[in-house]
Amino acid sequence: MQERTNQQWLAALSEPGTEQELALADLRVFLVRGLSYAMADRPQVGEADIEGFVQDALLKILDSLASFRGESRFTTWAQKIAVHEAFTELRRKRWENVSLDKMIARYEGDFAPSILTDPDPSPEQRVTQRGLLETVERLIVEELTERQRQAIVAVVFAGMPTAEVARRMGTNRNALYKLMHDARQRLKRRMQAEGISLEDALSAFETSSGKRSSTHHV
Amino acid sequence: MSIESRKIKHMVRNILTARPDEIGCVECLERMDRFVEMELEGKSPAEAMPLVHDHLTRCADCREEYEALLEALQHLHEA
Repeated sequence: MQERTNQQWLAALSEPGTEQELALADLRVFLVRGLSYAMADRPQVGEADIEGFVQDALLKILDSLASFRGESRFTTWAQKIAVHEAFTELRRKRWENVSLDKMIARYEGDFAPSILTDPDPSPEQRVTQRGLLETVERLIVEELTERQRQAIVAVVFAGMPTAEVARRMGTNRNALYKLMHDARQRLKRRMQAEGISLEDALSAFETSSGKRSSTHHV
Repeated sequence: MSIESRKIKHMVRNILTARPDEIGCVECLERMDRFVEMELEGKSPAEAMPLVHDHLTRCADCREEYEALLEALQHLHEA
């Protein structure tokens, strides 16, 4: 790949012509190699997928040149866009047939007893965990709006990507993060008012999370 | 329905460490390229960009993209 400064990349890509074609060809090779490394531990992602992600990324890059702030190498910025495009598409495909309502329904309701399926806690810890979870569950019901509750259940408990939850809730990833941030701040104020410290809360899970990480389906 | 204890622990930690100045995914992504380069240069991006670091500890999706970008650039720089 021809070495270029950030300014040279911008100049070459800004105007259609031979220079742009050469720069795009170089950039394509660079992004394909980078994405191949990034996706090396995902056997379901093939070469054709990576070529497709990079093609989408190149279009996005050409459309976004004005937003490049020059705080990194141009190629780092471009690789970031390629990675983002790839993960956005992979998440969309992975979750496209999953209904948000069904996912939320699986986790809603009385989730406090679920922790008791963990085999590790001592009897004392079970009591502490039960109390903590009952408090969190009560505060979620008392403090949060319906949308905040749905977002937390979908993202935190069901593990859905924020962009996928956001699309289903008619918003975007950033706004969903803000919604959940507001929810966490509300819950933090209430938990602190009820005398729950970070140290106490985390110590309640120390043994169970440290020894074993198995998932239990009930 | 069972919920893994690590998820509960992560949620409780996220609640009790919530801060008013958190940034969202868009701002994190905007600054991720510089953050990754500092990491590759052996600098301390977490100190220089604490809000990006904080977001990466909370947002699994942004963290996944950050780790993939870091992996890609590490290999490209080695090649």
